[in-house]
Amino acid sequence: MIIYWELFLAFFLPGILGYGGGPATIPLIEYEVVHRYNWMTVEEFGEVLALGNALPGPIATKMAGYIGYAEAGIPGMIAALTATIAPSLILMIALVGLLMKFRDSPKVKQLSAAVRPTIAVLLGAMTIRFLETAYEGSGALHTVLIAGVSFYLLEKRSVHPVWVILGALLYGALFLGG
Amino acid sequence: MARSQPTDGKKLQRQLFAGFFRVGMLGYGGGPASIPLIQKEAVDTYQWMDEEEFADILAIGNTLPGPIATKMAGYIGWRKAGALGMANAIAASVVPTVILMVILLVSLASFREYSWVQGMTQGVLPVVAVMLGVLTWSFLKKASVSMGGTAAAGLAVVSAVLIEWLGLHPAFLIAALILIVLGRRSRT
Repeated sequence: MIIYWELFLAFFLPGILGYGGGPATIPLIEYEVVHRYNWMTVEEFGEVLALGNALPGPIATKMAGYIGYAEAGIPGMIAALTATIAPSLILMIALVGLLMKFRDSPKVKQLSAAVRPTIAVLLGAMTIRFLETAYEGSGALHTVLIAGVSFYLLEKRSVHPVWVILGALLYGALFLGG
Repeated sequence: MARSQPTDGKKLQRQLFAGFFRVGMLGYGGGPASIPLIQKEAVDTYQWMDEEEFADILAIGNTLPGPIATKMAGYIGWRKAGALGMANAIAASVVPTVILMVILLVSLASFREYSWVQGMTQGVLPVVAVMLGVLTWSFLKKASVSMGGTAAAGLAVVSAVLIEWLGLHPAFLIAALILIVLGRRSRT
């Protein structure tokens, strides 16, 4: 029973604090899943995030659904998804009249702005952890090569993330499996 | 549009499902990237609302934290067709990709002992790092545009010290920032 409550809490906090939509909640989810509850290693979380990015649809619910399922089956999935979706949706439906008055208020923009540097720091720290884990697992050469090529393809050539992730999976299967 | 007969209700539920299913299956880059797709379905394809109303709903959604795609789906579903519509629209945008995710990762896990599968995990880590690095950069850029470079850098340094070195749970810091903004007297 405790696992459902923990799953709910782990996804409730990112859902209620992540200003800036799903992507802003990723580092908060990582904090809960990897560092607080130790459900996954950095590597496992990275794999889930990579496949999440290779598939379409909202990212926060893909992460919540899979992690909930991996930890506690279908009920775990439901607990994690409910915690991700319900709180802010209920607030929106209940307070829509009140929120309507504030929709153009400068404070609302300040809210998203104020948490942005903190989210950026969390994202930056995650970036470094993933690079460290990659370096420990497959060495500097492979890490720099894959990171460099994928940055070039994603950012300079606007290649669709699916192809870059599939390419990296293939590269890993061929050259990093030994 | 305003007339609602029982058959219209069923048709509306089908449309809600089809619309948000397409949004879920075609939107890459997470919820915020799928907003234009939601607008296309809600305003152009099914005319559930006009452009102005959609902009209002989006603005209201942005006053609250959490994933934006499910807030939009849930609220639009609720507005057009009550609790059933809400559940329907959320299920359509969330469930298909969650199922894909579980099937992919569970089948990958059953090959876990093969070294080439471990290699795949290793290969994809630097790509995730690059994607997160790019996301970090865009958050920093947006922060310095909206609050000025010095304030953004200062807040970033304070956050780094508190979270990474002193081990403060990020929730406390974010909650404190939200309270500070809400508590400040608004200037005109």
